[in-house]
Amino acid sequence: MKIGVITFPGSNGDMDCIHTLEQIGGCEPELIWHKSTDLLAADALVLPGGFAHGDYLRVGAIARFSPVMREVERFAGAGRPVLGICNGFQVLTEAGLLPGALLRNQHILFRCAWVHVRVESTGSPWLAGAQTGQVLKVAVAHGQGNYFADSDSLNGLQSRSQVALRYCDADGVVTADSNHNGSVLSIAGVTNDAGNVLGMMPHPERSSDPLLGSSDGRVMFESVVRSLIGVAS
Amino acid sequence: MSVWLGRVTVVLKASVNDPQGLAVLDGLHAMGHAEVEQVRVGKHLDVRLQADSSEQAKERLRQMCDALLANTLIETYTVELGAPEEAAE
Repeated sequence: MKIGVITFPGSNGDMDCIHTLEQIGGCEPELIWHKSTDLLAADALVLPGGFAHGDYLRVGAIARFSPVMREVERFAGAGRPVLGICNGFQVLTEAGLLPGALLRNQHILFRCAWVHVRVESTGSPWLAGAQTGQVLKVAVAHGQGNYFADSDSLNGLQSRSQVALRYCDADGVVTADSNHNGSVLSIAGVTNDAGNVLGMMPHPERSSDPLLGSSDGRVMFESVVRSLIGVAS
Repeated sequence: MSVWLGRVTVVLKASVNDPQGLAVLDGLHAMGHAEVEQVRVGKHLDVRLQADSSEQAKERLRQMCDALLANTLIETYTVELGAPEEAAE
């Protein structure tokens, strides 16, 4: 399966994604420059972390106008799998492909740490191989990951099972202390209505090797490969 | 056709928490400005643009705000115009 990883000027998680995807059986990762309008026949897309376009104006705001984004919108609209990690999540919300917005962390600190998230919904192809309630140990590194949506949108997100991941403690309990950035309802990741687009602040690609401290993120990449094989066969 | 100076101010909605403003408030209090009750941090953008009329200039600026300069989910904006200048040919 070809997985396209999009590089914006200022992306810094793109090579981490390539490295991790190379370790996943059946994956052929390939970089796609943001000026490109050719998705290289990718079967799934990853928008990596970083500081696209310098985070100028608002995080993710200017990346939305990169030429590749029109193709990403078409790809997502066709129901194909798109994952936005950290800054990639911010880009997807600014592009209107995911609901809500990412605000400055409540305590203002840039948070670089291991955290735990609980899988709330397995409807997305990126989480199809995980179990609801499963706890993943994943790395975070962001200053603006405080998820915000108004109460009407939140009701909609919950009723349509679009809340994919929530910050929790090591036992899977959602507590005030484990919500390290102030996100509403401790939300760490959301999907679009159809589930094919997932955005998340934690970095599964930096949490996919026991040498780094966790390999819990692998389930996401293994899930999407299995989903794609299911579609192809 | 004239050149207009648009002054765009973007601020977080009152319902959205502003930790940056709270940090500045802490700084002002630390300086001894105990009289300060609240600080909200926003953005100011000066946009020079050509337009036939002040209405057209404002309309264009509002389009820019809705599409890019502000995220209306979390922010509000105001648009003001300075006096027009003749556009250079």
